[in-house]
Formats: sequence, structure tokens, C-alpha cells
Amino acid sequence: MEPTDTADPEYFHKVVDCQFACPAHTPVPLYIRMIAQQKYTDAYLVNWESNVFPGVLGRTCDRPCEPACRRGRVEEEPVAICRLKRVAADFKEDVADSLPKAGPPNGKKVALIGAGPSSLTVARDLAPLGYELHVYDAESKGGGFMRSQIPSFRLPESVLDEEVGYVLDMGIKAHFNSYIDSMADFLTKGYDAIFVGSGAPRGRDLPNLPGREEADANIHIGIDWLANVAFNHTDKIGKKVIVLGGGNTAMDCCRTSRRLGGKEVNVIVRSPYADMKASPWEKEDAIHEGIPIVDNHVPREFVLKEGKLVGMKFDIVEAIYHDDGRRELVPTGDEPAFFPCDDVLIAIGQENAFPWIESDTGINFSSWGLPVLDPETLQSTLPEVFFGGDAAFGPENIITAVAHGHKAAVSIDLFCQDKNLSQRPAPYVNLVSQKMGIHEWSYDSAPVDDKREAVPLVELKAALKDRALEVELGFDAETAFIQAERCLNCDAQTVFTPGNCIECDACADICPTSCINFIENGTEADLRSRLMVPANNDEQDIYVSDKLETGRVLVKDEDVCLHCGLCAERCPTAAWDMQMFLYNVTKATPDLVDIK
Amino acid sequence: MSYIKPKFRHPNLPTNALGFTVADYDGAISTLCAGCGHDSISAAIQNACFLSAIPPHRIAKLSGIGCSSKMPTYFLGKSHGFNSVHGRMPSVATGASLANRELTYIGVSGDGDTASIGMGQFVHLIRRNVNMAYIVANNGCYGLTKGQDSATADLGSVSKYGSTNPFDGIDLASLALLQGAGFVGRSFSGDKEQLEPLIRAAMAHKGFAFIDVVSPCVTFNNHLGSTKSYTETREHLDSMPLDFVPMREEISTHYDAGTTQGVTLHDGSVIHLHKASSDYQTDDRNAAMISVQNAKDEGRILTGLLYLDPNSQNLDQNLKLATKPLNEMGKDELCPGSRVLNSINEGLR
Repeated sequence: MEPTDTADPEYFHKVVDCQFACPAHTPVPLYIRMIAQQKYTDAYLVNWESNVFPGVLGRTCDRPCEPACRRGRVEEEPVAICRLKRVAADFKEDVADSLPKAGPPNGKKVALIGAGPSSLTVARDLAPLGYELHVYDAESKGGGFMRSQIPSFRLPESVLDEEVGYVLDMGIKAHFNSYIDSMADFLTKGYDAIFVGSGAPRGRDLPNLPGREEADANIHIGIDWLANVAFNHTDKIGKKVIVLGGGNTAMDCCRTSRRLGGKEVNVIVRSPYADMKASPWEKEDAIHEGIPIVDNHVPREFVLKEGKLVGMKFDIVEAIYHDDGRRELVPTGDEPAFFPCDDVLIAIGQENAFPWIESDTGINFSSWGLPVLDPETLQSTLPEVFFGGDAAFGPENIITAVAHGHKAAVSIDLFCQDKNLSQRPAPYVNLVSQKMGIHEWSYDSAPVDDKREAVPLVELKAALKDRALEVELGFDAETAFIQAERCLNCDAQTVFTPGNCIECDACADICPTSCINFIENGTEADLRSRLMVPANNDEQDIYVSDKLETGRVLVKDEDVCLHCGLCAERCPTAAWDMQMFLYNVTKATPDLVDIK
Repeated sequence: MSYIKPKFRHPNLPTNALGFTVADYDGAISTLCAGCGHDSISAAIQNACFLSAIPPHRIAKLSGIGCSSKMPTYFLGKSHGFNSVHGRMPSVATGASLANRELTYIGVSGDGDTASIGMGQFVHLIRRNVNMAYIVANNGCYGLTKGQDSATADLGSVSKYGSTNPFDGIDLASLALLQGAGFVGRSFSGDKEQLEPLIRAAMAHKGFAFIDVVSPCVTFNNHLGSTKSYTETREHLDSMPLDFVPMREEISTHYDAGTTQGVTLHDGSVIHLHKASSDYQTDDRNAAMISVQNAKDEGRILTGLLYLDPNSQNLDQNLKLATKPLNEMGKDELCPGSRVLNSINEGLR
């Protein structure tokens, strides 16, 4: 194998599993260390710079970082990354003075359609560069789906208002209650660039199910119903409620129903429980609130009595998994099951819808109804129009929308300067030694044994009484410290200098997780098989050095490296060093905040 | 400041016949200098015990004084241990092995502990053929007292302070051969592929097994002019690779005909000597002495299994001891009372 090119920042970036898995590539270990040091404001600013909505995401993120966390591969549970983010938001001091302001006008005007996370990210990234930014949204307040879809018992309105406010306060011209109904007209308004972040606003229905039309008064589309609740147009629901669907929207629907008068709320889903799309913790939260999840039930018909909805019938199925990965739901032959209900909420998915973009605008759409985009630049077939968030590639999540926002802002900035969109600025990276002395590193190198703790909740009775009462209490400072210390500091990289190595084996002997090997070189597959413990996790790289004096090479399996620094500690010649790696993803404004 | 070995281990660590992983043979974290050859020997002993599936509580570690003799703290934390007076580990080992013949005894000593203060005890240990594996971590200097030349420092070797050693060093392997040891090996701390099987064979040998291990002192004897530095040792190494297959293990490794020479130990284990060394006669003591001497004259360090007599008579056999060792006897057997004493006395009248 060729020696690993550690000069390419993407190598070490991949070692920081959490940051690599995060669509916005938030430097997770960095802010977790700051939390442990009680530097909550700095931790917040590191987050804000990267993901714009730390308070929102610390409560609602889909947390792709946590399944990726290395800690989950050496013990039962990963670091509680998401809830630590909330700690930073909860305990920070006033940050207003640390946030960037709008820059001197550069004469360019950019319009943003939709005031959700992707548009607000574009606005935040472009404002310091002096762009005149106009945000349009049909609702009366900014936030998009963060406001209309996420119930306030999960995300208090004040948190959302604060973080949407930080962006709008950068001199953004907000046009609320303004639904854009014609792109053709909009294109004539003289904007230098237009960003479409209008989300995936259409909830799927079951139009052909018997009884659908007749029972319409008591059947609601989940996302529309949640929006009506959020904007106070709806404040009650029947005693018996059926929620159809197995995603996070279904979980929000059932839990909201419990707070608006639903006594017997059932989530009924086609797939087996384990295959449901909802995040495991959201399913647990629903069950905790006394909501049964009935799986393997396929809707058959709405049952009416005297013209009024009284229940639903379901076919009972079981899942058969074929060798090619295909799943088939096969009827078991049991009698259809009947569930009584007063109301049904349909939360079986969302679709993109652009009825307001005329076909002759030059913006092309695929057969799936999605805009045709360059995936790297997010530019549409009409050069001045860019897409991001759910509007770009279909429903995803907030953090993905933010990542799109960063990308689109870079593209728009390059576009407005007549520069090549594919020649994108490099990310900001840094790599610096952490050695302070013997047994002394400038990070807490020794992994602790503490277990993960769940966030405490308010009492169930009180929670169900008040739709606006936040269920999760968040970690207190002491728990936050213990949880933060569980982080393995994967950004403290093990950097090897082959020229210094005398092949004494000290690192290989001390390594607690047997990652380090000195062996004859070979192909990657061959090397992986010949390690002390074979490197079977192909998602993790192996670090291969240049040839050493004996002709062997160093091979380090990155998979379960604890970043404890013992290899560097036991190295007599400093061939190993622990070096802190910072990777800051490319943004339109590189230095947004000043962190001490 | 943090210097703690974390509890986490690789989740896919292999297990041995007892269901243990190598982590079950761990000791405390080493406080020797970073890069010390002794740590590699510790790792080799640990891995050898793991591979040979010896229950940790059936092993006794014995040592004297010195950097080398600190080593037993750093492996086999669940085994018995005795850290004795300087150079006096052989007496303790002799007593222990007579009292309990079921344990595997690993003696760990250094060039000072064996070739200087302990020389007297060492040669008698060989002469008596006590059943143990005796490993010398040989760095040619007194590391614990800042690197003075030891009795094994080679003639002409330059100390860290610049003085040239005017004396010929004691060659412990030659000494062991001359004194009649039934198992003599030499190895290098940086060559675990050879050292591990050698230690496993030494533990399987019924009798005194000696291994002299060149183990560079990274702090005081790893410079230009030293003959026991990592670089110098590697350059002059004349290694005879070998494998060890214990008796109870099925021989799964395939050797092409004529490429290896098998030597069977008393318990049925087999040592495979590889092609490079297959014309070497491990059963000829005189030839072994000549080979070691010739290598030395040519500036080579001959390593591997130098001599083996699988049927040597160990101390228990030579003294015709009772089959039941002391530790298995109860009070009644050890103090049979005045009636038995009287009958013995009567028999002598």
C-alpha cells in the first residue's frame, strides 16, 4: 500500500467520526472540550458558526454524529453529543456582541424564498459580505419547518425566535406573509441571485382508501395539522386518535394529540417496529407518553357510521426480507383488525411541490419532481437560481438544510463575482502538537469509564397538560461535565514521523486497543488481514507509513483508536505525536466569529 | 497529568483455549523509560502465556533487582510473584519449584542481577537444573544507576559518557551451555516473532530453560558506539526463525518438506526451526558452543534455539523427591507425630 497522505486534510477529517458524519461538519470534539471547561459561550459560538441553530439542533437534530461516534464501538453507547450542544445553548452568556454584523453594501441583491434553515443559513453566510438580502415566507414568522413541524414541547418558541432573530438582525429584509406564486414574475424583480429554500411542503395522502372522501372532516394531513397547531389555528382533537406512519412527523403528531385532548392515541404503522423511520429516541419518547405503536398493520379502509368516522380497518402483515435486500409485506391471513377512532392523522411522508415555478422559466425538473441541480454547487439549470434544504433533494433534516445553505452561499458569492463555481475555496484546517511535558497533554487524554446518562424529563402529567411545556430538562452543569468527558477527542490525531522511528515496539505494546502494527507491506486487503486484530471495519481507514529501517511499515487501524496518546507517551523519539486537528468547512465568510 | 492505561480493549480481541484474551494477562502500566526493550520482552512473555493458554493463576513470576526485575509488575497481574533480593532470585525459585511443582515458573533477571551480583546463584541454578524459564533482559549497562558498563558489555563498546569498555563481556548463553543447561536460547527484544515461540518452548521444557535477550537501554545504551543499541543489534543479528506448536494444538501450519526441522519436547510440543537454520544441530552442545563463538568472532549475534536436550533430568528427578510436593501435604502428613518418629528411630537402632 502507498503511504497514507496525511497532508490531505480529508484523511484526518474522516478520523473525527462525529464531525465527518455531520452534514455541516461541526467540529464536535472542540466544542465538547469547551463545555467540559465551562466555556459555554465559546462552545455555543463554535456551533453557531458551523450550524447556525445550536439551541434548536441541541433539541431536535437527527444526530447522524451519534451512531458514528467512536465511543459506540468500544462500549455500549456513544457520547450524548446532541444534548451537550443544548448545554452550550442553555448556559451561554449573551452572545449578541460576538456575532457578525452586516458588511458594507457590495451592491448585489439576493432573494431567498422560504425562511427555513437553509435560507437563513445562506443569509447568515452572505450578510457580512455586504449583500442585500431579501427573505420571503408565506408565514408570519421565520423558521420554516422548524416552527411549523416541531412541536413546542420539544422546541420552545423562545429558543427558535432567538436563533432566527440572530440571523434576521444582520440587516436581513424579511417579507413575511408573502407567498410567492409565480417564479416567472419573481425573476423580473432584478435580483442578482435567487435561493429557493421552500421545503417539501406537501404531505402524502391516502386518496384511494375506501371512506377517505366521506370521512374527510376527521382526517388530517400530519404536517398541515402540526402547522395549524403551531400557529394556533387548531387547539383540540378527538379522544380517540389514530396516527398513520412511522417517521418523526408521526411521533410529533401522536405526542401533540396527547396534549390536545387525545386520550387513546395509537400510532399504526405498516412496517415492523425496528424498520420504522423515526429516530429510536423519538419512538421511546412516544411510548413513554402512553402511546402504543402498532406495527405490521396496513390501512384497509376508513369505517363510517351514520356518515361519521368511527374507526379504521387494517390488514395484518409480516415482513419478509429477500436476499437482495428487498422487503415485502405479506398478509398473514388473519382477519382485518379494527381500531376505533374520532380522528386520523396521516403522517406517511412528504413530497416536494413547486406549483409556483412555471415550466418555461428555464428551471428544469426531474421525473421525480425535483429540480435538476449540480450537487456540488446547488445551481439549477437557470444559472442565477440555487436550491437548498428539502426543496433540493427531497425531505431530509435541519442539519442537512444548513449544510446546503453553506454550499449555496459559497456558490452565490462566486456567481455574483463572475467566478467559476466549481473552483471552491479550501476548508480552513490546522494541525498543532498537544505535548506539554512528560505525561502532560493539553487535552484530557485519559478516557473515562462513565456511562451515558439520559436527559431528565418533566413529570409526565404536567407535560401532557401543557402543549408549550418543554419535556426535556437538559443536563445540569455537573452531568454535562461528566458526559463531555466521555468524548475520546478523536480530533487529537496520532501523527507518525517514520524517520524518527527506531522500531522499539513501545507503541504497539502499550496500545490498549491493539491498533498499532509493524509488519511487511502488502495490499490493503492483505494488510488488514495480517494485523494483530484484523481490521474488519472497512469504513475506517488504515494509516500506513513510509518504509522503516527494517523494511517494514507501520500500520495503524483507525477503527477503535482511543486517542489516549499512550503511543506518543511511550515513544522515545517523538515519532508519534498527538496533534489537534481543526477542520472548518468552506463557507462564504471564513471568519464569522472570534472565539478566544 | 494523566498516565493511565484505559480499560477499553479492542472488541474483537482473539481468545485462547481458556476463553481468555491477551488483556487477561495484562499487568500494571510500565514505569520503565519510554522505548525500553524490556517492555517488549514483557509483551512477548504476556503474549506467550496467552498463546500457550496457561491460566494466569498457575504462573509464578520471580525476579531480583534492577530495571529488568521491575518487569514482572508490568505483565500477568493475576499471577503469583516474588521480587527477591538482588541476585538471589535463583534460591527463591529453587525453593518455590520444589514446594509446588505444578506452577509455570518465569524468572526475569538482568545482566547485573545475573552476571554480576547473582552470578554465584545463577550457575548453581543451572547445575541443579531447576524447572523454570529464566529470561535475562540484557542491555549491557546499569540503567538504574545511570548507565555504567555492566559485566555483559562487549569489549570496545563505548558508554554514553564516551569511555571505551576495556573488558571482554560475559556471554551468558555460552556460560549456560558450558554449565550444562538443557535449553539455551538467545533472542532480541525487537524480534517478537522469534522471541515469543522461544519463550513458549522454554515454558514447555521440563527443566532449566535459559534465554538471553538483547534488550537495548534506550536511555543509556542506544547511541553510536554502543554494541547493544537497536540499530547495532539489528545490523549484526543472525536470526534463526522458529515456531512453537504446543502438544494439545493440532498442527495447522503447513511446512514444505525439507524447509523445517522439528524438535519434539518432552511434553509432546514441537519446535519448528525454519529453513535458514535447518542445518543447525540443536542437540549438539559442543557444536552449539562453537557456533556461538564463531558468530561472536565474526561480529554476528546468533539468535534462536541454540541448544536443547528435551530429556535432561531436572532437580525433582535427580533428587528422587516424593511424587507429592510439600504444598499438597496436610498437617498430618508433614507432622506425623511421635509414634512415627519412634518407629523411625527404632528402625535406626
